[in-house]
Amino acid sequence: MKTVSRVYTALMLVFLFAPIAILLFFSFNEGKSLSVFSGFSLKWYQELFRDRDTLTAVKNTLVLACTASVVSTVMGTAAAVGISRLRSKHLRGVMDTVTNIPMVNPDIITGISLMMMFVFIGSFFGMRTSLSFYTMLIAHITFCLPYVILQVLPKLEQMDPSLPEAAMDLGCTPLRAFFKVELPEIMPGIVTGLIMAFTMSLDDFVISYFTQGNGFQTLPIRIYSMTKKTVTPKMYALATIIFFVILALLLVSNIPDREQDGAAKRKNK
Amino acid sequence: MSRGLTRLRRGERTVKALTLSPYSLWAVLFILVPLLFIAYYAFTDNGFNFTTENIARFFTATSNVTNDAGEAVQVRTYLLIFWRSLKLALISTAICLLLGYPLAYAIARSGARAQKTMITLIMIPMWMNFLIRTYAWMTILQDTGIFNGLLGMLGLGPVHIIGTEGAIVIGMVYDYFPYMIMPLYSIMAKMDGALLEAARDLGCNALGVLRRVILPLSVPGIISGVTMVLIPSISTFYISQKLGSGKFFLIGDAIEGQYVANNLHFAAAIAFVMMVVLLAAMALMRRLTGRRFYGGAK
Repeated sequence: MKTVSRVYTALMLVFLFAPIAILLFFSFNEGKSLSVFSGFSLKWYQELFRDRDTLTAVKNTLVLACTASVVSTVMGTAAAVGISRLRSKHLRGVMDTVTNIPMVNPDIITGISLMMMFVFIGSFFGMRTSLSFYTMLIAHITFCLPYVILQVLPKLEQMDPSLPEAAMDLGCTPLRAFFKVELPEIMPGIVTGLIMAFTMSLDDFVISYFTQGNGFQTLPIRIYSMTKKTVTPKMYALATIIFFVILALLLVSNIPDREQDGAAKRKNK
Repeated sequence: MSRGLTRLRRGERTVKALTLSPYSLWAVLFILVPLLFIAYYAFTDNGFNFTTENIARFFTATSNVTNDAGEAVQVRTYLLIFWRSLKLALISTAICLLLGYPLAYAIARSGARAQKTMITLIMIPMWMNFLIRTYAWMTILQDTGIFNGLLGMLGLGPVHIIGTEGAIVIGMVYDYFPYMIMPLYSIMAKMDGALLEAARDLGCNALGVLRRVILPLSVPGIISGVTMVLIPSISTFYISQKLGSGKFFLIGDAIEGQYVANNLHFAAAIAFVMMVVLLAAMALMRRLTGRRFYGGAK
């Protein structure tokens, strides 16, 4: 039984990592091919670092992901605090349903629904295009918010409600009680929410694709336009770098530790 | 005392108002209103006059295709596309579940250290850009690709995979497999090992334990995993373009195609129908499963 499950696990890992291994391997190809290896070379890495569009896209992606994750974490944490205090079952149900919408809706629906609204409002004001960095930012904050809320809310509910009450009895103002007592209690949830929001934003293609505009390109959109033409090992070089960055981040932050229960709520992407 | 209490209550109300209002406003403006815009676009023409034309077109538009026997037949274009999306998404989800269930179980039953490593390993591909992952599969499955090269070494093949529905299924399974593992694993990791032992002590064989204890307890994980694989696979448009060589249009391709062609109203109509079907399916699923749950697996 043990051997069977070991062999099976190993086979599944091969399935998951074979394409990545191939991708890593061919990023060092000397030739242009992605399936015939003609010799080792680092030239595609050099090409990559000379590719201005890609470098700009990396910068854009980071700016967008940082802004979106910070804004959604602040707003989402506040919302979770409010939601946890709702006494009315009905209101609570409404909030939960609304929060769930961006998570259960296919990305393509979230994307085009926002795009249609932006386009409509833009044309209402006679703008040629209303899509820009800001529309994309709004879209990213919107799909990141539920992840933050769903990370913070359980932490608030696990907390002993008499803790902040005790702090207030001892003379804390409600605001001080929140920052001194509640916030440290729910910090793990906030941090996980922030990390999840950041990675969701970093990796999103579909919603960004529909809400992009004015030449603001993120890395996934840049990759999409690269795959529209003939792909050279340059894209694999990019993928290899992404792979090692992810690996380093995972090893350093040991995210799976915290992510385990959060992962259950993750969607596609 | 009573004055203090009133002040506290009032303070509580202020806290609620201050913390909830930014998010509520945001949710209305950027979650609810945009959905209304889909309905608005779906039921209007280019001049924003009311019409049911777009919805009607979804159900009635026809096109000519050649069937397997080489005869030209007329089909309902978008109904066929919708059916194909549903079929491929269901097949992919079923494969993910069948492959993922034993894997999640094997991980959950291994030691704490091994669990952590395995989950990290499974998450890594998930964090790689899915466009690149899909593209890698395209080069692997090509007629002259690595897969056929390996088959050739074994004296087999070559098989033509790229540009078939099978290739699309492979892509969906690969891309969304981790979404199935995660919820299954987190349910199984919480399962009490003593329960399984008790079932065995009471005379269940391995199959009995699986059927009577493990499966019922993991139902919430299964539902969550199935939803998380089904929804992205039913609405994808990149996988079908690359691995299906653009020959097998899915519902996502139809929406994206209309968007690119700047036919926003018809794109909205397709999205609207898809949304209604998905909502109905989810309501049905909740109704069917909601009653049968035990609290145990929470």
